[in-house]
Amino acid sequence: MKNISLIKEYTKGVWKNNPIFVQVLGMCPTLAVTVSAINGIAMALATTFVLLFSSILISLIRKIIPAQVRIASYILIIATFVTIVDLVMKAQFPELSKALGPYIPLIVVNCVILGRQEAFSSKNGVLRSALDALGMGTGFLIALFILGSIREILGARTLLGFQIMPNMFEPWLIMILPAGAFLTLGLLMAYLNSFAIKKKQNEKASLISNYKLTKSKISNREEI
Amino acid sequence: MSETISIISPKLEIARSPHVHSKWSTKQAMWLVIIALIPTIISSLLFFGISQFSIIATSVSFAMLTEAIIKNVRKQPISIDDGSVIITGILLALILPPNFSLVSTAIGAVVAVGIGKEVFGGLGFNIFNPALVGRAFLQAAFPVSITTWTEPSFTDAVSSATPLSLMKFDNKFESINNLFVGNVGGSLGETSAIAILIGAIFLLATGVINYRVPLAMILSAFIFGGIFWLIDPSHFTNPLFHLLAGGFLFGAIFMATDWVTSPLYSKGMWIYGIAISILVILIRLFGGLPEGVMYSILLLNGFVPLINKYTKPQIFGEVK
Repeated sequence: MKNISLIKEYTKGVWKNNPIFVQVLGMCPTLAVTVSAINGIAMALATTFVLLFSSILISLIRKIIPAQVRIASYILIIATFVTIVDLVMKAQFPELSKALGPYIPLIVVNCVILGRQEAFSSKNGVLRSALDALGMGTGFLIALFILGSIREILGARTLLGFQIMPNMFEPWLIMILPAGAFLTLGLLMAYLNSFAIKKKQNEKASLISNYKLTKSKISNREEI
Repeated sequence: MSETISIISPKLEIARSPHVHSKWSTKQAMWLVIIALIPTIISSLLFFGISQFSIIATSVSFAMLTEAIIKNVRKQPISIDDGSVIITGILLALILPPNFSLVSTAIGAVVAVGIGKEVFGGLGFNIFNPALVGRAFLQAAFPVSITTWTEPSFTDAVSSATPLSLMKFDNKFESINNLFVGNVGGSLGETSAIAILIGAIFLLATGVINYRVPLAMILSAFIFGGIFWLIDPSHFTNPLFHLLAGGFLFGAIFMATDWVTSPLYSKGMWIYGIAISILVILIRLFGGLPEGVMYSILLLNGFVPLINKYTKPQIFGEVK
């Protein structure tokens, strides 16, 4: 195993490996439920719950799951936790559950969750798996909250139910339609990618200048 | 000695493709299109009042501003003087309803240039016609205000229906004469067939646009609309109505012939034009919307790379 500090195990999901903006996983709930910020938060919390507990469970029993049937076992474990979330939400938050509709049961097939089990918790210990799941969940929460806020502000003039745009502002209906989700996500990803590209270019430039520097030093030495 | 001369100035010119050039540069062609749009602009001001000029001015200035800002951010040379962004602005304004909110017009212009064109890399790289992207965005964002039509008048603004929605929802047909002159409800630039035809003749005479796409669209709309008319004349309108009503002519002349988003080869141009017309007639007669020129052209824009791939003419000497 690579030696990554525990804190990094958590923070990588928030920014560097953000499930939405970098890995582009779990697009179905991202695009479908982010009509408002509160929906986004609820969806992300539900997903994080499922991700955290299935990661813990799978990393506990990772050595006894036969490799041939691992996907089926993962799905079974994930589905158990999704059922718990679904029933709890129906009992405690019936309105939110109605708003999210079929997307809560569909967490079972969310690729963020299966992806983390396959790529991480089936190979790592319990603590690291839990931190990784929490990090991914936080990244998911941030992404869904940003998307939901932008769409809610432009599409309904409100944020978390409070009106923040003046009445003069005509709501953009497109933002609460699927097309608005694609547009917002695309523009956000382009904006964030521009940072990543700039960083990469800077790294490359510094690498080249370092190389030139050492090369000139070596040649200077040879001349001497 | 003679060998060197023949190398320096060879009889056979060797150059990379393309070997056939248009007689106009991009910049010249764009300004010719702007000239061709002048009759339509005048007709829109005549029928809907001089105040409509504010919509055109807003649209053009915001389109230019967006282009300048994006080019500046991306550190590319600013290319406003090639006129393409001005055309986008004018075209967007001309397909908006009269007395449309200026704020929304500005949003549409920003989206048209920003998302319709610059996201793909600027002029020549866009898949979809930028002005239509802007209009489609506005249609989805403000569905009520974009379908609030004003009757052409010189005094007061009276809200009215377009000939197409009259046909669709009330089964009433506007007279062909009114449609030809443009004295009907509709978007700013699309109502007057005669103004559009003046521009079309200018563009065809100067060779800026190819006759194939407009001809294919007009012929197939006439034939396809005519088939339905022959089946049931009381329910379906005569095909001439389809040609003159709504944005069909405007789309056929100024939108579908866009150099960037239309097919490259002559066979492909026919396919493209015919497919647009069939979609337009289907949407108008059986779809949920009264008008379908915008969506038909946008849809076929998406097919253009495919059409280009399959209609590529055989290279001389090539064996399949």
